[in-house]
Parts: sequence; structure tokens; C-alpha cells
Amino acid sequence: MSKVLMKGNEAFAEAAIRAGCNCYFGYPITPQNEIPEYMSHELPKAGGSFVQAESELAAVNMAYGAAAAGGRAFISTSSPGLALMQEGLGFICSTEVPLVVLNVSRGGPGVGGIQPGQADYLQVTRGGYNGDAKTPVFAPAGIQECVELIYEAFDIADKYRNPVIIFADGMMGQMMEPVELPEKKPLISAEQIRTQKPWAITGTDHHDGRNVVYSLRLQPDVLEAHVEHMFEKYAKAERELARYKTSNLDDAEIVFVAFGTMSRLCAEAVELLEAQGIKAGVIRPISLWPFPDAAFDEIGDKTKLVISTELSMGQMVFDVKAAVNGRWPVGLINRTGGVVPSSVEIAERAKKLLEEVK
Amino acid sequence: MKVKMFFAGSGGQGILAIGQMIAKAAMLEGKEVTWLPSYGPEMRGGTANCTVIVSDKPIPCPLINETDVLVAMNLPSLLKFEPLLVPNGTLFINSSIVSEKAKRGDISVIDVPANEMARELGNEKAANMVMLGAIVRKTGIVGMDTIREETRHMFSGRKEQFLPMNLAALDVYKV
Repeated sequence: MSKVLMKGNEAFAEAAIRAGCNCYFGYPITPQNEIPEYMSHELPKAGGSFVQAESELAAVNMAYGAAAAGGRAFISTSSPGLALMQEGLGFICSTEVPLVVLNVSRGGPGVGGIQPGQADYLQVTRGGYNGDAKTPVFAPAGIQECVELIYEAFDIADKYRNPVIIFADGMMGQMMEPVELPEKKPLISAEQIRTQKPWAITGTDHHDGRNVVYSLRLQPDVLEAHVEHMFEKYAKAERELARYKTSNLDDAEIVFVAFGTMSRLCAEAVELLEAQGIKAGVIRPISLWPFPDAAFDEIGDKTKLVISTELSMGQMVFDVKAAVNGRWPVGLINRTGGVVPSSVEIAERAKKLLEEVK
Repeated sequence: MKVKMFFAGSGGQGILAIGQMIAKAAMLEGKEVTWLPSYGPEMRGGTANCTVIVSDKPIPCPLINETDVLVAMNLPSLLKFEPLLVPNGTLFINSSIVSEKAKRGDISVIDVPANEMARELGNEKAANMVMLGAIVRKTGIVGMDTIREETRHMFSGRKEQFLPMNLAALDVYKV
């Protein structure tokens, strides 16, 4: 298939359509506005339904309802919008309804700014909802990878009957790169919903009794058993969904840990350090939950320092420290508020950190 | 081969569009490309810029610390971004609007009276296309035929009436 030059947000929307998304609920927020715009004219052409919700809260709950009825539902937002959706996500985890959520993140807290940020790391990996729940989170480094992850996320959400979050950022949403789009999948039919999603609320014509999608369990032992059942799924997700890429780890004195846009800056910082005679490598977590601990076992014996590199005050660094488990000192290079450091700044700061541990 | 280009001007000058056309043309010629715009509360007359990288190899990072080519469509762009140029870099100035000269002596400067040339063609809005023609001819970053093809693609359908003028605009700046 040939490549097309597409703006990230439009490619993300098209990826969802091609994955067989049949309902999308949008509410505008920069820097993801091209997604609801694109969905408004393209999703109906593909046989799906587009609804502009009146708020993020409405959007997530509309998606909850549509997915409970067997829809292949998709929502997108940006950081403060995701904060507003957290309640819905908790309900959707508890009721075991599949949903794909795309966060084209920006700086925070509060309304914050509109430039790229990664300070939603804790929001997406720990959740802002109450109770015990998890959401698989994938962080692409470019438009092509994001398209592929969105395409696959619908199947992961169906398999685990749980929301799946794709964590992109404003830069990825706004930039253009050549992209190869996947094949369009057919929309799920009413008959397929009844056979593939027997739990879905499709009316009582097709089965005895009624299906209930409900998160209230007043009996503590019943609720505990339900949460334990959810955590059996999450244990399976931890075994099956951890993903990462590594580069230049052999001989690396410095190992950067970075995801998304920051991993691309680190790749360039590695080149700059190499030119100064310092070997550096990169661990790029693709899944943020489950966090790919196994990547850290690939670090060689030349390494003197592991550096979590983030567009936040340091949120992933806690997962990095847990994965490192005392084997190497862990440093932090970060900017926040929508400021993206240059690769030169990253390389300089890495050099200083290396001198401190030597 | 890796060429970094930075296009800057004011909103409405079509600076993002010509950056996109070069990126698209380079992709069609088999190159790796990235196009990264500034984004924010946009308005006509506000500032706009974009970064284009064209390379033989996958591009690790779409952000730049320096640029090989700078296109300054207005004075604030020249003042702000001239320091971004690498030594021996190429600076294109829209000399119809910018009367000041470049400060640096270690770069090559190409004055393109883009607005005047476009006005003579009949539509000042095509100033960006005049500039595009000059950039492509001077740098050889992509083939003129590929740019013409992309221009035909861009001005198709309802916009086809603007095609002849825009194609002509690509050819007015002679090297």
C-alpha cells in the first residue's frame, strides 16, 4: 500500500474508522480538534455514527452506553478533558465494557496550556477514578505507530473487555509524516454483536432473561470477588501486553528511558553524545501500563546511569526506579508546561548527570 | 542526505502550505519527511511557522536545533530566526515586505520579491507560490515537476480556476 502524508490527528481518526469503529463521541479541545472534525464528515460515510457531545463527561458516558450495547466505541480528548472523563472510565472498567480512548496530551495542571506534555503519565497509568482498576496504555513515538496501535486497541479492548488508552501528545497530533494506513475492517453486524458480545445489551428477543451492565455491588464479598476477577484479567494483560523497544544498549554508559515524542529527542541526543565519545542508549516503553520491566534486564554492565526523560516534573521515574530496582543510579531530565527541550539540552544535562555519578 | 528547512511568516501568507507541498513532493520522490507546524491560538496576521525535514533515512526527531534553509516571509521572522541558520545556510527573504538586510555574512541570501511578482501575475495571494518556485529551483530539494504535480493536486475541483495562476507563479522567479 502506498504512503500518504497526513496530519497526526487525521491519521488517528482514519485508523479508528479502519479498525471498524462504528461510534465516536467528540468534544472539542486543542490539540486534538481535527479528530472530531474528521470524524464528523468521514465516520458517517463509513457507516458509523458521529455525535458531538455537550461535554467530556457526556462524551465518555455516551461511549459507555454505546459500547454496552455492543458498539465499537472511540473517544478522543486532551489532558484536562481526560481528567473530566475519569469517572466514566472507572465505571467502564467495573462494568467490563470495551472502549478505545485517545489522549492527545498537553501541559497541565488545570486547564494548563496547549503545547505538548506528558504530565498525564500518572493519570493514564494509575487512573483518576476511584477503586481498583487498570487500563492498558500505549504510547506511540510517531504517527505510523500511533495508527497501528489505535487499529489494534479496538481488539485489545474487546479481548479484555476494558478501556484501552492511547497516549499521544500535541506534537504528534499536529505534525505530518508519511503513513501507511491499514485495511478497512467491516463494521460489526447486529448478529455478530449477539454472538461475539453475549453480555451486550441488545434486547431480550435473543436470549433468556436480561443482560445487565451495572457497577453497583453492595455485598462486600460479591464486590471483592468481582474485583478479583478483574485483576485476573489484569494479570493476564501484564503477561501479554508489555511492549518496548531498545536501541544501542550494548556499551551504553547512559541509558535514557523515554516514551512518545521524548524518545525521538533522546534518539537525537544519543547521536550528539556519540559525537562527543559518550555511548548512550534508549529504552522506549511502548506500553506504559503494563510497564515493561523486562527491558531493564537488557541493560549491559557498562551502564553507569539510567535517566528517565520526561515532559513532566518526573512521573514515569517512579516506574523506572521500580524496574531498575537499585541496580543503577536513576536520574531525571525533564521540562514541563508544554516546553519541549532540545536534543542539545538533553545531551548536556545527561553529560552533567554522568559526571556526578562517576 | 538530510536537509532541515524552516518556514516562517504571518498567518495567511501560506507558509504552512508551501512547507507541506515540499514535504509531500519529497515523500512522492521516496524520501523520509516530517512536517511540524507551530500551533496555538491562530489568527490571520499572527505568526506562523513550520519545520520540514527531508532525509534519505528515517528521521529520529521532527524538531530542529538549527536549520539549513530559512524562509522569512516577513520582518519579524527574519529578526527572530536568522540565528537558527547553520554557517553556509541559505536564507530566502520576501524582499517585497522585508526591507532590512540579513545581519550574518556566513550565509547565502536570496532576495525574492514574492509579493510584487505575484501582484504582476494578477494575484498577490500567490506570493507563497513564487517563493516556493524560488526555493525549489535554488535548493533542488525536490524536482520542479513533482512540485507542479502537487500544485495540480492542490488546486483541483472547486479550486481549479486558480491552477493556471499558481502554476505560473512557480515559474516567475528565474535563477
